[in-house]
Amino acid sequence: MCYSLPTTHLLFSAMIGKAFFSFHSVAGWTLILLFLIFILLVATLYLYFRTTEIRALAPGRKAEMDKRQLAEYISTLDKQQIDRYLENAKPSSGCKEPGVTRLAFAPLLLGITQGSIWGETGVLIMLVLLLLPVLAGIVVMIFKVGNILRREREKQRLAEAKRFSEGLSILSPAERQALLTERRDALGYGLTQRELIGELPPEDKKGLLSNVTSQAALTVVPLKKRAVKRPPIDPALARLVLAYIGCATFWLVVGTTVGEYLGIKFVAPDADHVSWLSFGRLRPVHTNMVFWGWASLGMLGLGYYIVPRVGNNPLASLRKGWYSLWLINAAVLFGSLCLMGGINNAGGEYREYIWPVMALFAIALMITLINFLQTIGRRKPKEIYISNWYIVAAIIFGLVIVTVGYLPFWQDGLGETIVQGYYMHQAVGMWFMMFTLGIVYYFLPQQLNRPIYSYSLGILAFWTQILFYTVIGTHHFIFSSIPWWLQTFAIVGSVGMIIPVAAGTTNFILTFKGGWHKLSSSYTLPFFLVGVVFYFTGSMQGTAEAFRSTNLFWHFTDFTVAHSHLTMYGIISFFLWAGMYAVVPRLTGREPPQILVGTHFWMALIGLLFYTVPLMYGGTLKGLLWIAGKPFIEGVTLMEPFWLWRAIGGSLMWLSHFFFAYNLYKMTTATRIKQKDYGILQQP
Amino acid sequence: MEFFNNHKKLFRAVFLFFGGLTLLVAIMPALDNQRNFRPLPDAEPLSDAAVKGKMIFIANGCVACHTQQVRNVDMDKTWGSRPSIAADYAGDHRIDVWRNTATLMGTERTGPDLTNVGLRQPSAAWNLTHLYNPRILVKESVMPAYTWLFTTTMNPNPEDVVVNVPAEFRDDAGDGKVVATPEALQLLAYLQSLKQTKLPDGRPVPDFLFKKKDKAESGGSGKTTAFDGAALYATNCQSCHQPNGEGLKGAFPPLKGSLVVLNDNPEIMVNIIMNGYSGRIKEGYGPMPAVGTNNNLSPEEITAIMNHEKTSWGNNARAVSPDEIKKLVDLIKLQGTTK
Repeated sequence: MCYSLPTTHLLFSAMIGKAFFSFHSVAGWTLILLFLIFILLVATLYLYFRTTEIRALAPGRKAEMDKRQLAEYISTLDKQQIDRYLENAKPSSGCKEPGVTRLAFAPLLLGITQGSIWGETGVLIMLVLLLLPVLAGIVVMIFKVGNILRREREKQRLAEAKRFSEGLSILSPAERQALLTERRDALGYGLTQRELIGELPPEDKKGLLSNVTSQAALTVVPLKKRAVKRPPIDPALARLVLAYIGCATFWLVVGTTVGEYLGIKFVAPDADHVSWLSFGRLRPVHTNMVFWGWASLGMLGLGYYIVPRVGNNPLASLRKGWYSLWLINAAVLFGSLCLMGGINNAGGEYREYIWPVMALFAIALMITLINFLQTIGRRKPKEIYISNWYIVAAIIFGLVIVTVGYLPFWQDGLGETIVQGYYMHQAVGMWFMMFTLGIVYYFLPQQLNRPIYSYSLGILAFWTQILFYTVIGTHHFIFSSIPWWLQTFAIVGSVGMIIPVAAGTTNFILTFKGGWHKLSSSYTLPFFLVGVVFYFTGSMQGTAEAFRSTNLFWHFTDFTVAHSHLTMYGIISFFLWAGMYAVVPRLTGREPPQILVGTHFWMALIGLLFYTVPLMYGGTLKGLLWIAGKPFIEGVTLMEPFWLWRAIGGSLMWLSHFFFAYNLYKMTTATRIKQKDYGILQQP
Repeated sequence: MEFFNNHKKLFRAVFLFFGGLTLLVAIMPALDNQRNFRPLPDAEPLSDAAVKGKMIFIANGCVACHTQQVRNVDMDKTWGSRPSIAADYAGDHRIDVWRNTATLMGTERTGPDLTNVGLRQPSAAWNLTHLYNPRILVKESVMPAYTWLFTTTMNPNPEDVVVNVPAEFRDDAGDGKVVATPEALQLLAYLQSLKQTKLPDGRPVPDFLFKKKDKAESGGSGKTTAFDGAALYATNCQSCHQPNGEGLKGAFPPLKGSLVVLNDNPEIMVNIIMNGYSGRIKEGYGPMPAVGTNNNLSPEEITAIMNHEKTSWGNNARAVSPDEIKKLVDLIKLQGTTK
C-alpha cells in the first residue's frame, strides 16, 4: 500500500505512506492526550490568573476623596440613589473580610516512557477517557471562580460606595442637602413611569407560572425544582410500578450488603468461616442479586410506566405485571439460597442460577413481553416511540440470551465457553443497557422538557448496537483456546461499539443543550448526567480493554471488576435512580427530602470513584507485575492498599443505598407536599 | 416509514437480526467446536474421588478466583508447559440434569491458575493445611479458610488423615486432632488430578506469544544476573519452606541451617530439586515434589534458587555456578531417561 507520491513539498516527503494523525496509532492517541493535557494546563493557568485577580481585589484601598472627586461622583448618581441617600442616613454597612479561595491543583502528569505500557494505544485511550471527567471538573471550577470574581467585584463596589458616603459626610448638612436636592430635581424630571404599567396588581389567571420560589432563607443546599403535578395515573398501575421499584430497592440494599461484605473479605479474609458465607458462594449471590433483583426489576418497573404512557393507552394486563414481579422475586430468592447452599450451574458468570430458577425469570420475561406487545398493539399514535423500541427489543434479547445460555445442546467442552462469552456480555449489553437506554429516551427529554435531539441518531444507535454488541461476547476469552477468528471478530466488534455509544452520547448531550441551567435546579438531572458520562467513558473503556495488547495486563486483574462497576453502577444504576426519582413523585404526589437525594447522589458518585480508580490503578500494576514474571503472591500484597480503598468506596456506595431506600419510603408513604409551598402563588 | 410504525414487522426484524447474529457468533461456533474436538489420547479420566472433588470445587465457587486456562502468551508460562488447547476441555460434558458443563476456565485470577496445580503442588499435607486456612502457609493470602471441610476428634482412627494446624489458627479450643473429612480428601484428589496432558508425539506444541524481547537480545553475557533467586524462590519454594526459610513445624523442613543446603557438594540438593524427596516422612515431613522437573526450571534458574537458599536467613555456604549445576542437571536427566 505504499505508493510513491510526487514529492513536491519537502514537509510531506518526510512522511510518505504515513498519515500525520491516525486514531489507531500510538502517536495519534499521544497527540490527543497531549492536547487534553494542554487544555488542562491552559484551564489551570486561566484559573490561576482569575484567582490572583480575586486576591488583588480583596484588600480595599483607603484614601479620602477630595471635593472634585466628590462632585464627579455625584454627577454619576441617579435620582433614586440620591433619594435613598437622603432618606437613609447611611448606606449599607461594610462587608465582611473576603475569604480567598485557594485552589490546589496537582495534575498528575504521567510520563510516556519508551518500552512501557504507556506506549499502548489502549492505555492512552484509557488516559484520555480518565482526563475527560477531570477536564469537565475544571470547566465547572472555572464557572465557580467566575462567580467568586463577580461577588468580589460587587464587594469592591460596595466599598467604593462607602468611601463616597464618607466623603459626603465631610460637607455641612445644609451644603450637602442643597447639592443633592439640586441634582435630584434635575434628574427627577420625567414621566410618571406608570403610563405603561397601570395600577393593577400582577396576577396569573392562565396558570402559566409554576414553581415560583421567593423564600430566600439561607439553605444548606440550593432548593431544587419540585416535581410538576401531572394528570393522575391509574392508581392500580401506580401500585404495580411502585411494587416493582420497592422490590428492586429491597434487592439493591440486600445485594450490595452482600457486596460490601465481600469487599471486606478482601481486607479481612478470616471474617467468618461459615460455608454459606464463604467468598466463592457469596460472590455470585451479590452479582446475580443486583442483576436480576435490583437492575432488572427496576428497569421493568419503569418500563411498566413508560410503555403504556408513550402509547397513550392503558396497560394490556395489570395481572400479568404482578405475575412477572412475583416470578422474578422468587427467582432471586431461590437462586440466592441455592448459591449459598452450594447449588449452582457450574460456574459461568451470571449464569450461576440453575435452570429451574432461571426458568422463573424467563417466564416472567415472556409474560412481560406479551403484555408489552399487546399494549403497543393497541397504542393510539401511529408511531412507536423509540423508548418502546429499546424496551421491547431488550426483552426479546433477554429471552433469547437466557434460552441460548441455558439450552444444553451446544455446551460441550469449549462450546460452554463460547456460549458463556456470548451470554455474559449480551446480558449486560443487550438486556440491561438496551432497556436502560429506552428508559433514558423517555425520561431525559421529559425531565429537560425538550424533545430528544435527534430521533435518527437514536435509530442509528439502536441498529448498530445490535450489530456490534452481539458479536463482542468472546472478548472475555482473548488468548484462550476458543477459535482465534472468533476472538478477532469480538475485538473488531468492540471497536465498532464506538458508533452506537458515540451516537447515543451525542444524542443525550445535545438534548441537554440549552437546558444545562436546569441541571442545578433539578434533583433528577444530575443522575442522568452522571449516567451519560459513564455511558461514554465506561463503554469506551470496554473497547480499550478488548485489544490483545491491553488484555495482556488488564485481563484477569481487578481492572475488570472496576470496569463492571463503572458500567453496571455508573450507567445502569444511576439511570435507574434518575428514572425512579422522576417517576415516583408523579405516582404518589410526594417528594423525597432534597438534601437526602443530594446525599445519596454524592455518596454514590464519590463512592464509585473511590471504588473504581484504585482498582484500575492497582489492577494495571498487578498485570505489569505478572508480565515481569514476578511471584504471584507479590501481586496479592500489591493489591492490599487498593482493596482497602475499594472497601472504603464500597462502603460509601452501600450507605448511599440506605438513603435511597429512605427517600423511596418518604416518596411513597411519608410526607405530603407542604401547603405553604404553594402559598406563594396567592401573593399579589 | 411503514416498517417503523408496524410493531409486528419491527420487532420481528429485531428478533431475526439478533437471532441471526447469535447463530453466527455463539451457536454455530459452539456446535462446530464440540463436533471437531476430542480429548487428547493421553488424557486421564478423573477418579471417582476427583469427580466428587470437582463438584465441591464447583459448589464453593472456586472459579470466582481461580482460572483453569493457560493462555498462549508468554506471561502465562508460569501456569503450564504449553498453552491450553480446545482438546483439553473436550472431555467436559454436562454434569447432570441440573447443572451445565464445567470447563471452569474462569475470568478472574485473584488466586493462581490451577490448570497444572496437580503437578506444581501435589503435596497432600500442603494442600490440606492450606485448605484449612491458607494463611498458615501463605501469610498474605486472601483465600477463604475452608475449616468446615475438617472435623476435630480426640482419638483419630488410623485411616484418618490428620492435619497439623498451629494453635493460633484453630477455630476450636485446640484439644483434639484436626481430621480431613471425605469432602476435603475428594477436593484434594481433584486438585492433584489437575495436570496438563502431554500432546501426542510429533504434534507441534502451540507457541507462547508476546515473548519478552530483551531476554533474547541480551543472551550471551549477563545470563546469571537475569535470574532473581529470591523471586524464583517465592514462586517455586516459598509456599512450603516459607519466606523465612524455617519451613513449618511438622510439615515442611527448614532450609535455614539445613545440612543439605549448606553442603559444599551441590549434588544431593540438585537431586532433591529435580527428583523430589521422601526420605523424612517418618519425622512427619511430607514428600517433596520434583519441583525442578515439574516446573521446567532451567539450570540457570536452579542455580539462582540454590544460591538464594545458600546465602539467606543466616545460611553462609559456597555459591554454586551455573555450569556446575548444568552438568549435574544433565546427568540427572540422562539417568531419568535410561531408567
